[in-house]
Amino acid sequence: MSAFAAVIVRDVTLAFRAGGGALQAVSFFALTIVLFALAVGPDLSLMSDIASPVLWAGALLATMISLEQIYRPDREDGSLDALVECGDSLVFIALAKALAHWISTGLLLVAAAPLLALLLNLEGSALAPLVISLLIGTVGLSLIGAFAGALAAALPRAGVLIAVIVSPLYAPILIFGSGAASAGAAGDPQYGANLMLLAASSLFAAIISPLASAAALRFNLD
Amino acid sequence: MSATSIYEYANPAQFERVADRAFTLALIAALVLGAFGLYFALFNSPADYQQGETVRIMYVHVPAAWMAMFCYSAMAAASAAGFIWKHPLADVAAKETAPIGAGFTFLALVTGSLWGKPMWGAWWAWDARLTSVLILFFLYIGYMTLWRAIPDKTRAAKLAAILAIVGFVNVPIIKFSVDWWNSLHQPASIIRADGPTIHGSMLTPLFLMIGAYMAGYVAMLLASMKNELAARRLARMEQLETTKPAGLVER
Repeated sequence: MSAFAAVIVRDVTLAFRAGGGALQAVSFFALTIVLFALAVGPDLSLMSDIASPVLWAGALLATMISLEQIYRPDREDGSLDALVECGDSLVFIALAKALAHWISTGLLLVAAAPLLALLLNLEGSALAPLVISLLIGTVGLSLIGAFAGALAAALPRAGVLIAVIVSPLYAPILIFGSGAASAGAAGDPQYGANLMLLAASSLFAAIISPLASAAALRFNLD
Repeated sequence: MSATSIYEYANPAQFERVADRAFTLALIAALVLGAFGLYFALFNSPADYQQGETVRIMYVHVPAAWMAMFCYSAMAAASAAGFIWKHPLADVAAKETAPIGAGFTFLALVTGSLWGKPMWGAWWAWDARLTSVLILFFLYIGYMTLWRAIPDKTRAAKLAAILAIVGFVNVPIIKFSVDWWNSLHQPASIIRADGPTIHGSMLTPLFLMIGAYMAGYVAMLLASMKNELAARRLARMEQLETTKPAGLVER
């Protein structure tokens, strides 16, 4: 098995074991939605108006809290050194780490979104645009987030630091993703354009993030 | 360690000789240009036929917004230079540019908000340019937070440089996405293919103020680079002092 596939299998397995971060992110996602609904009040028509943007912001926040777990445990137990020494390109390993994060976090968030959408009274016709935009956008969130995680890999309590670093970089994905979900719900012709820009942002992140993560990881080894 | 420390000290010594003179020149230029610029801006330029006297905020606001972008570009360029050629002064320049750039960005946001209150009737509008400048401000904050979070200066310099370069690559995308998201700000009116659309009487103070801001940036950068180098030398001396055997410290 190549290092690329091995890293994905290992990280996804670890994420679902006891102490893994996979279910934490989904729980956090569900809680932000519930707290938001409690803050807004039981007005169902207002809720269905803001459901798509709220779900998008919730998914983004849930991704953000899980980023610290991508590289820090690996650096602490020494497996990061093993990954660097294994001979495969660190750039591809960084890509595998980001994809593993997406499989164990992003995909779960996408799967939970329709259920949470019910809570927010999202209309049935708005469901497909929401899920499709989240499916494309969470890839970009994981990729950019993995870069921030790589920068902070050597820092013990970097949760807030990662959030501060990553938030401005997340702006385009949030704008295009939430825009696509809302436009799709309204039957707006801008839906397709938003989706394509969202896909472009995720693809761009797929190029920049592994390169930058690999560079950051090299400086975070002892 | 000895090879890098020679490199680290040789350049700064030369730098400080040049920096002292350049600092004085830049400071004088900033004060003179600023005095003339403000005179033209406040007393010797027409009020706008639509915006009235509030147009004068522009002479403080527009240069600040330009400097916000210029400083980020300078920071990314210095980061790239530090990353590629490993020049220690480039890292110091990038680090010390960040708070100055964040200051200009904050000034642009505040003056934009002061202008927005009479013009739009609100302190803040989620207009495309204000929003992208706000995101730029948070990019600066992230960069400075990363520097502060990493105790080892050499490692901090490398990681912050990577973040500055990634942020710089993302700036056009952020700008485009925010423009896409919303646009009710007036279109660009100085750099246009068909020439400026604002009158020459307004351009004179504007360019004087841009010159003053630029010279002010150079002066502040040189001063804070000197401070940073002195602080590092002090930290190095204290480190040497504490690592001496106890008997030697007594004498």
